Amino acid sequence: MSNFPFLFLLIVLPLLGAIVVAFIGRDEAGEQVAKKAAVGFALAELVVAVLMVVSFDTGGERLQFTTTIGWIDALGVSFSLGVDGIALLLILLTAILVPVVMIASWRRDSLGDDVNQPGDDPAVIPAVGNQARYFAWILLLQVFMVGVFAATDVFLFYVFFEAMLIPTYFLIGGYGAMRRRAAAMKFIIYSLVGGLVMLASIIGLYVVSKNELGEASFSWEVLRGLDLSETTQTWLFLGFFIAFAIKAPLVPLHTWLPTAGGAGPIGTTVLLVGILDKVGTFGFLRYCLPLFPDASRNLAPLVLVLAVVGIFYAAMQAIGQDDVKKLVTYTSIAHFGYIALGIFAFTTQAGAGAVLYMFNHGISTGLLLLAVGMIVARGRSRKISDYGGVFRVAPWLAGITFIAGMAGLALPGTNSFVSEFLVLIGSFGREPVFTILATIGIVFAALYVLWLIQRMLHGPARGVVPAPSGDGIDEVVDEEVLLGVGDGGTAVKERTKRTVTQRAFGDLNVRERWVLGPLVAIVFVLGFFPQPMLNIINPAVEQTLQTDVGIENPGAPVDASANGDGK
Amino acid sequence: MNHLAAIELPSIAYTALSPILIIFAAAAIGVAVEAFVPRAARFPSQVGLAVVAIFASLIAVFAERGTHTLTAGRALAIDAPALLSWAALLVFGLLAVMLYADRSLDKVGNTRVSHFVAEAALPIGIRADRALLTSDRVQTEVFPLSMFALGGMMTFVASNNLIVMFIALEVFSLPLYLIAGLNRRRRLLSQEAAVKYFLLGSFGSGFFLYGLALLYGFSGTVDLRGIFDATTTEFGNDAFMLLGLGLLLVGLLFKAGVAPFHQWTPDVYQGSPTPVAAFMSAATKLAAFIALLRIMYVAFTAVPSSWQPVLAIFAIVSMLVGALFGLAQTDFKRMLAYSSIAHAGFILVAVLANNEAGVTGTMFYVITYGLSSIAAFACVSLIRRPDGEASRIEDWKGMARRKPLLAGIMTVLMLSMTGIPLTAGFIGKFHAFSAAIDAGYTWLVVVALLLSAVTAVFYLRVIVLMYFHEPAKDAPVVEEPGTSTDVVIWVTTALTVLFGVIPGPLLDLVANAAQFVG
Repeated sequence: MSNFPFLFLLIVLPLLGAIVVAFIGRDEAGEQVAKKAAVGFALAELVVAVLMVVSFDTGGERLQFTTTIGWIDALGVSFSLGVDGIALLLILLTAILVPVVMIASWRRDSLGDDVNQPGDDPAVIPAVGNQARYFAWILLLQVFMVGVFAATDVFLFYVFFEAMLIPTYFLIGGYGAMRRRAAAMKFIIYSLVGGLVMLASIIGLYVVSKNELGEASFSWEVLRGLDLSETTQTWLFLGFFIAFAIKAPLVPLHTWLPTAGGAGPIGTTVLLVGILDKVGTFGFLRYCLPLFPDASRNLAPLVLVLAVVGIFYAAMQAIGQDDVKKLVTYTSIAHFGYIALGIFAFTTQAGAGAVLYMFNHGISTGLLLLAVGMIVARGRSRKISDYGGVFRVAPWLAGITFIAGMAGLALPGTNSFVSEFLVLIGSFGREPVFTILATIGIVFAALYVLWLIQRMLHGPARGVVPAPSGDGIDEVVDEEVLLGVGDGGTAVKERTKRTVTQRAFGDLNVRERWVLGPLVAIVFVLGFFPQPMLNIINPAVEQTLQTDVGIENPGAPVDASANGDGK
Repeated sequence: MNHLAAIELPSIAYTALSPILIIFAAAAIGVAVEAFVPRAARFPSQVGLAVVAIFASLIAVFAERGTHTLTAGRALAIDAPALLSWAALLVFGLLAVMLYADRSLDKVGNTRVSHFVAEAALPIGIRADRALLTSDRVQTEVFPLSMFALGGMMTFVASNNLIVMFIALEVFSLPLYLIAGLNRRRRLLSQEAAVKYFLLGSFGSGFFLYGLALLYGFSGTVDLRGIFDATTTEFGNDAFMLLGLGLLLVGLLFKAGVAPFHQWTPDVYQGSPTPVAAFMSAATKLAAFIALLRIMYVAFTAVPSSWQPVLAIFAIVSMLVGALFGLAQTDFKRMLAYSSIAHAGFILVAVLANNEAGVTGTMFYVITYGLSSIAAFACVSLIRRPDGEASRIEDWKGMARRKPLLAGIMTVLMLSMTGIPLTAGFIGKFHAFSAAIDAGYTWLVVVALLLSAVTAVFYLRVIVLMYFHEPAKDAPVVEEPGTSTDVVIWVTTALTVLFGVIPGPLLDLVANAAQFVG
């Protein structure tokens, strides 16, 4: 099976899907069919991705499923694809999250994407295009997300890296809440600046390779063999690093993420923090470390400082947030601090932990964001202080939010525990100071997660959460309900006055169960049986750290049972 | 060293020069057509003449594709860069003629009329001038004038001799000054553009001429190769060379629209008829940069340290001015003008590389930039109010809902100008900047890349307006373009995408056009 062009198929399938969905869903009439078709394409993609993971040979070549097609011969660029264990898992994560996000965002208000952030006029609801087009953009984004992980040609990687911006830009700017245009602009300018700085490094790499090898090449395998001086490495490293640090994002280059996550639709935010940001940390592992090993070692302290500062800074920001969407994006920034710590600690244990963290973070933060979105869709407010006692009216929804929160603070038994533990225990040997500081950060993580859960889920029902009958509270709520999008894209709203007890908050419906269920299952399965994942990750991480960076690793290969996996 | 002997007639390779000769002949015939053909038949015969001549000239260029020679007493160089620029200029000329020929965008009563005014010389506001607004008289001088300009540009890029280069500069500039004043609507702006362009252009020409004289004083010759010899043997006076080169650069950079010699650009782009602005932004820029390449890479290639830093400074100033002033624009055509100033800076980054990649990078950039610039101007010309073009950027609000296709095309063009991958603009920037890094100008490339992120702001703002805003209540009309404009928009946009996704063929073409004869 390993000759089967999985990667090519994984890129072509969503591209085809995007075209078909955009065509069928071009008007209201085809919207429902188009949405189903989109989910169909996403599920087919998932099947192909799972087949690819199954046929991946953990003991085989470093890069598998490789295909190469000539592209721009004059510049030495080829359309080369291939995956190692790290890229493989991230492609799998993409394939899992895309259909989940689609089903979750079935209607525009399914995840409360039309709810403005606290402080903005709640009456102004921006009208948007139909949801089928939203799905088409997601499929197009998937093309580039798979491509960016699968590319083994640095030029091709850059093309996908930049191309990802376009669908994301339209997703945020076209489908978000108020201030979505500014958020989209901020997102794309930040990303462009990073991308263009990286482009300078890529061009530099191209010129160096041309001078050293006689003919230009962008092949990752070839470039890895270049013998660069330390000065050259440092400059080229910085170009890549800035781009990836913006993407990841590391503090202080993170400010676009809360803005984009706050104003953008939640489905997009899930993909943004779940996958797009992983391109940054993936880039560290795939490009910074192997291509510039000396510079990576020399500049590691800088990265570690940023990582630890990020853990604390983002935690503080999260604790202070009243906007639940922004809170979750800040928690995610804190998590990226741990991932960066794991990568730049240069031990296989920490590295494997970081890669597993990348996968687990996508699942657990995705779960948390989607659950929070469902709460926001019901309460029609993003202010945490508007909520209380969700457990009383919607126990399933609150329960899953609770599980997602626990996974976010890495409780044993959830998937995040394994990865966070591996990162910390692996880093301790080489970077005890930073590791101890990061461990203290866990306390803050517990603080923001538990406080969020306490304020929103526990206690008596209050605020926008209706009290169940019998509590004696029966005040009248004056609210506007979005009925749909009428002619000319204007929002049709109805002003209603109902008592809180009349208004149904409602627990999970069938569609929402299908969205959250699989993610909850993955959280627990990977919490107890992380070994299959580690078997895929370990060879790739070992090769990156030992062969490329040339770091002797005192520790034994990672074995989950030796490190505690929550049993 | 040079002494006047009996003057001998130089031999002229007529076949190699045939592309230029065809264009000039067509221009001359065009003047005769204007004088003798009945009014009703003028328009079709002028369009037909121009199109036939351009095609004939293209065929002649193709037939001469392997030529690598100097002719007319070393005055003209027919080499691969010249031939490729000819082909590109002819294509730009053809696209411009197609835009000129469209008479479906403006109307008087129910009659559709062209972009051009019938009597451009009338003072604004007098009765005869006001009467023109309601008259459907057409004038067709724009065709022969543009053909003269085209022929002048073709001579300009092939000049191996500074005197010929100066004459060619004047030959293509004078018609451009005139056609800048031909806009049917907004006569005052148009006349202002023409006068401003003429005055500042003459100023630029003066600098060029003065520089030429000093260089003659330095080297005793106006032949580019002769100047090269002088720079290598160092018998001349360096101060003369530096002064002469500096003044020559001022003249050339004026034509190329490089800051700080850019002041005419926004006014002229805004005031000229939009098809003329399209032609100028593409063709003038190409001609100026190829001539600049020829002077630098033939005459001064041995002394790069005396001009590379200067060009680097001009590049930075140009990128800065283009990017920062572009941010503040509210008029689409002025924004495109500032964008062209910024792009001129990006192109200079490639020019100063002084290596083969510098030639190919510049070539690729000016060709692809010209295509997307023509497309952008053509799109702008579709948006109209009763009193003429609606060229405010705001007028594009909500275009995605009103005209999804037009919005899509504009998005592609803006992304290409930003330099997003999978568009020609990206490959152009990549190629241009790799030449500069190869030449050791990494710092300049970093600056250029950061400033191109700044230009992204105003390109993306157009996308924001088109997609993320509701159409305004009093939105201007989007006219259905005539077939010729339609074809121009589709072809240029398709090529912008094509050269981004499959740049191989064009890259091979420019790679074979890197060798100057001289």
